[in-house]
Amino acid sequence: MQSENPSDYLSINTNSQRIISAEVSQMLAKEDKRVTTGKIIFLIATVVILVFSYRQSELNFLLLFQRGGNMVEYIKSYFPPDFSYWKTYLEDTLITVSMGIWGTLLAAIAAIPLSVLASENVCPVWIVQPTRRLLDAMRAINEIVFALVFVVAVGLGPFAGVMALFIHTTGALGKLFSEAVEAIEPGQVEGVRATGASKIQEIMFGIIPQVIPLWTSFTLYRFESNVRSASVLGIVGAGGIGVSLYQSFQSFDYGKVCAILIILILATSIIDTISAKLRNWLV
Amino acid sequence: MTTSRAIEVKDLTKSFKGKTALDRVNFSVDEGEMLVLVGASGSGKSTLLRNINGLQIADRGLVKIFDAPLQDNGKHHSRIRRLRSQIGFIFQQFNLVSRLTVLENVLIGNLAKVSLSRSLFRQFRQWEKTQALAALERVGILEQAYQRASTLSGGQQQRVAIARCLVQGAKIILADEPIASLDPESARKVMELLTQLNREGITVVTSLHQVQMVRQYFPRAIALRDGQVMFDGTVAELNDNKLTSIYGSAVEELVLRGHGDFGVANNLLVKADGERF
Repeated sequence: MQSENPSDYLSINTNSQRIISAEVSQMLAKEDKRVTTGKIIFLIATVVILVFSYRQSELNFLLLFQRGGNMVEYIKSYFPPDFSYWKTYLEDTLITVSMGIWGTLLAAIAAIPLSVLASENVCPVWIVQPTRRLLDAMRAINEIVFALVFVVAVGLGPFAGVMALFIHTTGALGKLFSEAVEAIEPGQVEGVRATGASKIQEIMFGIIPQVIPLWTSFTLYRFESNVRSASVLGIVGAGGIGVSLYQSFQSFDYGKVCAILIILILATSIIDTISAKLRNWLV
Repeated sequence: MTTSRAIEVKDLTKSFKGKTALDRVNFSVDEGEMLVLVGASGSGKSTLLRNINGLQIADRGLVKIFDAPLQDNGKHHSRIRRLRSQIGFIFQQFNLVSRLTVLENVLIGNLAKVSLSRSLFRQFRQWEKTQALAALERVGILEQAYQRASTLSGGQQQRVAIARCLVQGAKIILADEPIASLDPESARKVMELLTQLNREGITVVTSLHQVQMVRQYFPRAIALRDGQVMFDGTVAELNDNKLTSIYGSAVEELVLRGHGDFGVANNLLVKADGERF
């Protein structure tokens, strides 16, 4: 039952206040303040960055709203999808998936030694740091940029795309793999070392068995995203479905663009589903 | 016939971040001896064992295995891997590679004799597998040969570790708290196995908490406190009074930790210390 007399509350309060020890009230005073100068500065800085980047990106949601009619018209022109070249699109999709497979496979192979060299618990710092910087550089540059470079080097076609995926993915997988290596149980490696095994043997028998499930899972995950990336590499001439996509865009053939996009969505969702099932089964 | 010297430790000194772990440790072990290291946790037993096979390197001092230097004044000898392959090491936490099969874990004992190219493909020969299976039969877990090591119980895993030492052809076995994580029955099996191997000529050095086990299985003991050797002699001499005089009230901790399964209440040491817990 609720107390009817407000002075009851008061008396409880005064009572409990009497019980509170000096230590408790001192501790209460130590509680972090909700508003501090640091937090205010942080808030102001955040607002400034957001406003600045808003201007830099020329965001204008009003414009989007005003021209909404145009958007509808534009999207309407995508329908109905034009599947008259569906065979070509399927072949191109197969090329795209193949590019994803080889780009990922080569990267996974290259990432194995690189990741070991980039792991602090295996290698000394003067090897770890340069290897990590190399991986950073590979990862920092987008596949499209690498594709442009390789198109110049090996000519138009899917091979340039595979090489572009390979370099970028090596950077990404090398980092992920080395994180797995750094999280291993050192005891198991020590057990191998104590038998008189060499460093390479320690890695082969003590480290790799521990990281294989994670490595495989990372590789499959990268394969999924590489198929997605491969589909746009054609825009710069590096083969695959992207070539047809770009050509249809250029000729304002939006029905064909739509057909290609539908095929792409289907293909990537199928690959994602299969790969996700495999990854679940692995870990 | 004079027996040869299996382990020789001279003036071994090691500190971690200014804290002394080993303080001028001197002792030697003849081939075929069975020696126990006793001491409370933090007294330097593990550090000492890990220094004997070079898993750790001391700041100063010398370790010799069969008269060949393994570490000398803070440096490995270049033959450390060859020497290590003669020394089996048994860990409290077993340290098997959990995702490899039991058989593969035992085969790891062979690595010092396996070429680089075969290691890269994790390839073993038929006779090596036969030998490894025979070692598993010897320790009584042949049936589990193709299971993953992680599926075995603690006692079984420790026996796999012993089988690994057998395949290694170890002449010395160092065991760091081999039974501290085991139930009494598994602990007994592991201790019996070590005793048998010792009878067949393998030198065994074990660190232990359980004073009952010490008295049951070991003829010779070395007692450590704060990294110093406080006692080196027969276990018979290391009676309760002696232990109390070495460890004082710390004797309680020496008996308490990791042996709840061994009947603390009946332990003489408890009475010696005059404490109830």
